[in-house]
Amino acid sequence: MSEPMGFFTDTTVCIGCKACEVACKEWNQLPAENGGVRELSGDSYDNTRKLDGIHWRHVRFIEQFKGPYDGRWLMMSDVCKHCVQAGCLEVCPTGAIIRTQFDTVVIQSDVCNGCRACIAACPFGVIDINPVSGTAQKCTLCYDRLQVGLEPACSKACPTDSIQFGAIAELRTRAEKRVAQLKSQGVAAELYGASPTGPLGGLNSFYLLVDKPEVYGLPRHPELPTANLAKSGGLSMASAAVLGLLAIVGLRKRRMDEQGRGGPGNV
Amino acid sequence: MSDTFFSGAPHWTWLIILYFFVGGIAGGASFLAAVLDWFGGPEDRPVARSGYNVAAVGAIVSGALLTIDLGRPLRFWHMLFQSANLPAVMFKGWSPISFGAWAILAFGLFSVLAALGGMAEEGRLHNPTLRAVGGAVHGGLAKLVGAVAGLLGIFIAGYTGVLLSVTNRPIWADGPWLGALFLASGVSTGTAALILLGRRRGATEQALARLSAFDTKALVVELLVLVLFVASLGSLNKVWVSFWGLILLVGVVAFGILAPLWLHLQRRPVASAARLVLLGGFLLRLATIFASEGIERYRVTAGM
Ligand code: SF4
Ligand code: SF4
Repeated sequence: MSEPMGFFTDTTVCIGCKACEVACKEWNQLPAENGGVRELSGDSYDNTRKLDGIHWRHVRFIEQFKGPYDGRWLMMSDVCKHCVQAGCLEVCPTGAIIRTQFDTVVIQSDVCNGCRACIAACPFGVIDINPVSGTAQKCTLCYDRLQVGLEPACSKACPTDSIQFGAIAELRTRAEKRVAQLKSQGVAAELYGASPTGPLGGLNSFYLLVDKPEVYGLPRHPELPTANLAKSGGLSMASAAVLGLLAIVGLRKRRMDEQGRGGPGNV
Repeated sequence: MSDTFFSGAPHWTWLIILYFFVGGIAGGASFLAAVLDWFGGPEDRPVARSGYNVAAVGAIVSGALLTIDLGRPLRFWHMLFQSANLPAVMFKGWSPISFGAWAILAFGLFSVLAALGGMAEEGRLHNPTLRAVGGAVHGGLAKLVGAVAGLLGIFIAGYTGVLLSVTNRPIWADGPWLGALFLASGVSTGTAALILLGRRRGATEQALARLSAFDTKALVVELLVLVLFVASLGSLNKVWVSFWGLILLVGVVAFGILAPLWLHLQRRPVASAARLVLLGGFLLRLATIFASEGIERYRVTAGM
């Protein structure tokens, strides 16, 4: 077992160059979308728009403009959060999704059968089907590179060190320092997913944000999908009991009616 | 805004909707057949027999639908056995899709056995092997097999809704009632299927009237649960201001529940009500699945 490894993404220094997106696609040999004919999103300078089976990194552009001279850009390189309590891993019925020795979450493409339960289970909308393999895919945190001592392709390519790779404990200390620095400059900076006592036991890919999580397309209180299991299952059992009772009582009563009328067979 | 709006849609569409519908009918029919076997009289046996037939066919169709829907259909067995660690079993008790896979397999097995038992009774089996198997399932054993098929059936009818709740998707994961709702709908559609089939299978008028009396109660339960389901969504109900909301209101509530209830009260022929119940059951799956599937991963808009 290695110590937990992951990413700290400081969104304040991201310049939206998308080098990480390209590096990820190249290293992981991910196909182009739409046969390479890019459709423009039409409402943003960001044309990737979302993470999916062939986009394991996505640099989100948040264009906060009230008028031509009044606004700001927020940029955030989004990726699988490698959750300490991972919803995708929890529900996967084939055991394709595993936790590695680096405390990262990886989908084994040769095991996955494309049932897509993980897509609906991930609170962050990270996973989707790769149409080439027919299986669910997402960031592996470059598991192949990590095993031979290389850093992930995206953080290696990032020219501003917005994406930093390292041991989680060390990254957290670094992130705290950066938050303090920004706060001293009057910037409302906050960490998202850095706390091991926070939602999902902490995220092994955590962020420094300067606006509400929702603005970056991140849920405020991400939950495990099984949070609903006991209640939903219990209510189903209760309704099964009610209907069972109604069915049994209905039929019993009929027998008695018939006996009253001279016994079964006389109907 | 609910945190579920940041998740991605799993593309569970037509095949899964069809599975939820067929599985619900099969499960409900098998449950009802078992109740008739255990608590009804000998004159109920024809209806019970067709109940197991519906269950068996439904279970096989369900398995096929689920398999075709996979991105890699030939790997369907990866849900049952650990593909890289044979013959270790693959089972996660907390994952509805995992225990559902096993439940469908078991349901298929027991409903086919129960159906074979019924067919042997009717002398409709000509293949000697099938006749031997069917012949073995009679008397006490037949009742036992029927009970297991019935219990698995009610489970199949309900777990599909629980499966949707155990996600992070809008509507599905925003309230706890979907399992109970699908279960009630499975029972009401299963009963409707038996009413329609029973007429051809020599069920007495009284037997049909009793089934339809029970269907009335099941529909009332379904309506109640549907109200609770919608209430539990709270402010999220604005998602129903859409085509799917119209389907839910007009197709499911008006045509699928209220109209059959009214027909039952008017003592109209039971078949027309049963057909509406089936339609309503299908539209319920359609509306709840597509309403959520249609919600794209939340897009960041300018100026937030
Ligand atoms: S972010 Fe989503 S895909 Fe990544 S580990 Fe967490 S639940 Fe799984
Ligand atoms: S799609 Fe693949 S990885 Fe995702 S839950 Fe299904 S089997 Fe597991």
